[in-house]
Amino acid sequence: MTRWFDLIADRKVIVCCGTGGVGKTTTAASIAVTAAQAGRNAVVMTIDPAKRLADALGVNGLGNTPQIVDGPWPGTLAAVMLDTGETFDDVVRRNARDAAHAERVINNRFYRNVAGTLSGTQDYMAVEKLAELTESNQWDLVVVDTPPTRDALTFLDAPRVLSRLLDNPIYKLVTSNRGGVFQIANRAAQTIVSQLGRVVGASVVDDAVTFFQSFEGMEQGFRDRALATSALLTQDATSFVLVASPRADTLDEARYFCEQLTSNDLSPDAIVINRTLPRPGVDATRAATLQHQLNQTSLESASIALSDLIRLSTDDRQRVQELAALAPEALLLTVPLLASDIHDVPGLIDFASRVCEPAAD
Amino acid sequence: MDPKHFFSSSNVLIVAGKGGVGKSTVAATIATAASQTGLSVLLVEVSGRSATAPMFGAQAQGYDEAVVIDEADHDDQRGRVSLRSITPDDALTEWLNSHGFGRLVTRLSSVGILDVIATATPGIRDLLVLGRIKALEQEGVADLIVVDAPAAGHAVGFLRSPVGVRDAARSGVLNRQANEILELMGDPKRCQVVLVTIAEETPINELIETSFAIEDELGVRLGPVVVNALLDELDGLSPTSPSDLPPAADGLEPADLDALRLAATFRHERQQLQASQLTRLEAQLPLDQLHLPMVFSPVIGTTERELLAQHLNQQITERVANDPEDHQGTTP
Repeated sequence: MTRWFDLIADRKVIVCCGTGGVGKTTTAASIAVTAAQAGRNAVVMTIDPAKRLADALGVNGLGNTPQIVDGPWPGTLAAVMLDTGETFDDVVRRNARDAAHAERVINNRFYRNVAGTLSGTQDYMAVEKLAELTESNQWDLVVVDTPPTRDALTFLDAPRVLSRLLDNPIYKLVTSNRGGVFQIANRAAQTIVSQLGRVVGASVVDDAVTFFQSFEGMEQGFRDRALATSALLTQDATSFVLVASPRADTLDEARYFCEQLTSNDLSPDAIVINRTLPRPGVDATRAATLQHQLNQTSLESASIALSDLIRLSTDDRQRVQELAALAPEALLLTVPLLASDIHDVPGLIDFASRVCEPAAD
Repeated sequence: MDPKHFFSSSNVLIVAGKGGVGKSTVAATIATAASQTGLSVLLVEVSGRSATAPMFGAQAQGYDEAVVIDEADHDDQRGRVSLRSITPDDALTEWLNSHGFGRLVTRLSSVGILDVIATATPGIRDLLVLGRIKALEQEGVADLIVVDAPAAGHAVGFLRSPVGVRDAARSGVLNRQANEILELMGDPKRCQVVLVTIAEETPINELIETSFAIEDELGVRLGPVVVNALLDELDGLSPTSPSDLPPAADGLEPADLDALRLAATFRHERQQLQASQLTRLEAQLPLDQLHLPMVFSPVIGTTERELLAQHLNQQITERVANDPEDHQGTTP
């Protein structure tokens, strides 16, 4: 466990990734709790709109700025729930020439669609928020709970998403025209834009063109920021923790995450496997004998429960090993399946205390 | 209700639920159960990854339809089950082609403008998948089309996509398409949504939220809720039961007793949790519940799927109220 505590005591950023439904939010919150217990100033950020973090911390709702959560620890624990739209608005305001310029972009319908709903934008804004929290120098550790998207780890790609948008042909088309009034010089391009209008409706195209035009002048600021935030994710003081559960479907997802990390020259420093089952001290053969022997006794139900549990925990054990094999260098940790979900700080402290290294066979 | 009657009550059945609840298993089970009643079924996957093909002992499926249960191979009155995958990119290309934008497709993709369309109109990817499903429904390709909805985040996103597109593209062919899909989804004879959950706190909370959102916002008919992976209720378990018995009496070793005690305590706790969650679901969501048992097998193959399907049909017979026309909705 020393390695785990060292990791939490030492890093500046810990990114928890993994699919939905495996206790990722709870794990992220418990890491921040462990850090606060070690005397650090930790903030945990969630991107999940389902209010799981507020629920786990037992608070009434979280906003886009860190909120302190009281608890019996020498350090500080705070939590923040990313508001994608609000964060994007802040970025626009920082990069705009003046207030009027910022408002023109913010009120554009295309921008509203992009800012609020595009999944890549959510990831980009998460990285932006992470940078903001890191730069404030208020926090020793920022723990990030990434979105439960299927094609996850777009988080890592996030800074590039915006560059892609800026490299977009429509953007180039409209901004290459320095006249101020929108005019498409290129006849072929004009055809494309008008045909596009037939597909999505002319209003969508108009909105997009207006957006790209008003975006002009902010571009460099955005590009520079994207580079800086990319660097933040790949620095040594940033660790990735893969959160999983021992189920067949999450194993596939976990494999995918590991591949994504590897292709970015990164690897998880730890794998936390939640919801592991207890392992009885007898094997399946003995359980079958017992079930036969205890048939129609007061222990019949217990013997069936034992056989069932052995079958489930054997699969469970197999999955834990397969998960461990995905990143042999990573610290492997398990948390037992708990009787109920976590709704308050004591529950979270209890969860954090149950994180353990699995017993060897 | 008679299962055949149940499966014939709508043309499209969308299976939705968050990740980790066994949604794809339930989709394959529903397709099989309908086939067991003699109906022909098309099972559509939309995630781009073929989760259900292995359950039919088949290879991963592409955009073209593949028969995974052939009625000729069965003595009983089976309906054919086909499987196909519809991904947003396939659907977009096909849709542009079929709407006279064929020559545009190559050019648009080569300059990356398809991305702009997708960016400008949120939900368009999901919408086009739904649009393709609507087209299949109108062609009458099968008695029932079962859709394994995407698992990402909340199930509502996929179902809400036509509303998003209708509001973003206020004119043009896409707007028309969105309206046609909303028409399909709002017609209880053409479409119903079956939500899948497990009997645990967070999944049940999300299920309840999702149900009300789907019905209030979209006016979609909600079918029964499938509660998956339930443990059998074993009687006479209490956390301390094994210790009540003198070890020597039955020739049990201390290790046996420890294991029995551990298993009994664990099972007792899970059963109590399960029962309380089912009661809570029943109290908070007035929809019929169909219960499927936990499968004690690391993989779901043909045997497990067929058994689950028989189980499901039995549950429909016992638990679904008879008159679908009287569907009152979840609003109390």
